[in-house]
Amino acid sequence: MKKIVKLGAVSALSLIVGAASAFAADIKIAFIDPLSGPFASTGTNGLHQFEFAADYMVNQQGGVLGGQTFEVVGFDNKISPKESLIQLQVAIDQGIRFITQGNSSGVANALTEAIDKHNRRNPDDRVLFLNYAAVDPALTNDKCNFWHFRFDANADIKMDAITDSIASNQEIERIYIIGQDYSFGKAVSAAANRFLSEKRPDIEVVGDELHPIGKVKDFTPYSRKIVASGADAVITGNWGADMLGLGKSIIENGFDGPIYTYYAAGSGITAAFGETGKGAIRLVSEGQINPPPTDEAAAYYQAFKAKYPDGNIDQSRISNTIGMLAQAIEAAGTADDVVKVAYELAGMEYESIWGGKVFMREEDHQAIQDIHIQEHTDEGITFTYDGSDYGVRSMKRIEMASMDSPTTCQMKRP
Amino acid sequence: MELILVNLIDGLVTGLLLFMLSAGLTLIFSMMGVLNFAHASFYMLGAYFAYQISIALGFWMGLLIAPLIVGIMGAGVERYGLRRVHQYGHVPELIFTFGLALLIEELVQFIWGKNQMPYSVPDVLNFTAFAIAGNSIPAYKIFMIFISIAIFIGLLYILTRTRVGMIIQAALSYPRTVEALGHNVPLIFMGVFGVGTALAGVAGVIAGPVLGTFPGMAFVLGSIVFVTIVIGGLGSLWGALVASLLIGWITTFAKSYNIAMSDILNGIGIPSPADLDTSAFRDLWTVTSPQIADILPYILMVMILIFRPQGLFGKRQS
Repeated sequence: MKKIVKLGAVSALSLIVGAASAFAADIKIAFIDPLSGPFASTGTNGLHQFEFAADYMVNQQGGVLGGQTFEVVGFDNKISPKESLIQLQVAIDQGIRFITQGNSSGVANALTEAIDKHNRRNPDDRVLFLNYAAVDPALTNDKCNFWHFRFDANADIKMDAITDSIASNQEIERIYIIGQDYSFGKAVSAAANRFLSEKRPDIEVVGDELHPIGKVKDFTPYSRKIVASGADAVITGNWGADMLGLGKSIIENGFDGPIYTYYAAGSGITAAFGETGKGAIRLVSEGQINPPPTDEAAAYYQAFKAKYPDGNIDQSRISNTIGMLAQAIEAAGTADDVVKVAYELAGMEYESIWGGKVFMREEDHQAIQDIHIQEHTDEGITFTYDGSDYGVRSMKRIEMASMDSPTTCQMKRP
Repeated sequence: MELILVNLIDGLVTGLLLFMLSAGLTLIFSMMGVLNFAHASFYMLGAYFAYQISIALGFWMGLLIAPLIVGIMGAGVERYGLRRVHQYGHVPELIFTFGLALLIEELVQFIWGKNQMPYSVPDVLNFTAFAIAGNSIPAYKIFMIFISIAIFIGLLYILTRTRVGMIIQAALSYPRTVEALGHNVPLIFMGVFGVGTALAGVAGVIAGPVLGTFPGMAFVLGSIVFVTIVIGGLGSLWGALVASLLIGWITTFAKSYNIAMSDILNGIGIPSPADLDTSAFRDLWTVTSPQIADILPYILMVMILIFRPQGLFGKRQS
């Protein structure tokens, strides 16, 4: 008798849970990124920005397709490609059609391959890969496929902007390149060498080095080498704890030139750099935060602050991702047929609240947008990061950066 | 030449920091025969507590109070956790400390979140002490060296020159006899555990501003601490010191100089393969010392375990 009661209770409970999930949000987006471990802060902040963007830009405006709402579901991949593939399968099994990921191009490479394979084998439940931050150029070149869309500028586009800035500064004669030892770090180094030799052949690359990702406790030996090399500027693609550790160590050990970076803001990094990073840290990124480019951007940021007082918007491309997806679903008239949605996304021109346009190139699914060189400072900052007095301010803007950059992508379309 | 001196100092700082962690761990091991997996978590707690206290009362009060709190917590863990689990044998003890490590990491994330904490070097020490050929040595590093050496000397003095130290050493080897002589052995165990974790706390307090205060900090340092005490010999304070310094210098020098494997192999008379891209040993030939610097201590540990299983200074043959 007891057993039957228990069985009944369990099945009733599972029915309730099942029903609850069936009535929840209509369009789910799987967010596969590190939510634990050394890069947890980067992943969690990305998830918050996604959840907020979905809520503010879509759900509060009445949803898409006459009332369907967005829901972002977090999946912890522990920054491991293997774990990501398991999480991808879990997400697909839950009926999720939109996958987003950004931290680590190593993971993105594994995901894009797996998704391509899955979509070929299962034409009935295909998924789209919305890459919001993995910037290995190969993803929109040799390894491109129809299902992958990149909303961030790739490493080459960003490096083009960085090297423009370096080339115009005649004081810089010696450059040190350092990065994490995986596909992205190697892509940064290759792009830096290529662009520098084209734009300023007189600049000498005095060091070009990779270090293990997420495993270095103390960056002092690396910064010693940088100082000893006599470099005038440093280029690094580091992110997360590796960015802060490297940056702090370089500055504390006596380097006083500019450090050109991709990801040295937010997630506690800005506050931790504080006064030390002023005048040294330069960032290349797509969205302009300070001064606020539009009134909508300021309102968006304030609403975000109201919800996450300790949070930052350090990846404005996330709101572009959500906005463009919503627009594509609306235009396609369906959220279930991802092929139609993908055709709408390709070639889309989108008015970003962060100023300027975002254009999704049809031939390689690479977003083309305005790129900014920003500096870490406490002067002229409207929206600070990490609850500190510091933030990033735009120094230079490159409109529709690398619009005509070549691609080796040969896309097969269904 | 100057760079060698700079690297010696940098390696010393890394080594001494590692020593403060491994000293406590090795004492606890020799006493209870159990590896405390949560040791690095106490290091992390030290950094977070010190950060929280430094906001209100400044860095120096943090340095004073945070290790005390960590030590009291450690003693509490021994008294109310480990002592109860002890009767079931070593495996449950191991699992207990392992679970504790996970629990502390989650707890830290729950309270402080997953971001980096802006815990920074105090202004008094935020200047360049001196420079060697353009390489500045921050005053904070000198401060770290002095704190660690002071702690080592203090610990050595207490253990070898005082009555308390004698009782501790006796309790380590012959707990039953010491108990029969009327000493409270469980209290000694609790005290040693508390002091050991407090040492980890001190390490956290002074390492937090330079190595970063974030929830992954225990994970990054966790395994290397065990390697240190295995190399030094389980239970040996001198062994912990020598092994820490050895690891500090090995990793620092390996990262500072780009020694390529191809140079070494060529040096001992093996010519490079004609076509590197298609060679089966391509990865071996292209490896450089900074890439493998962080696994060198593990290679050293394997060597030690093969040729001298009791470690450099270990006495026990278990």
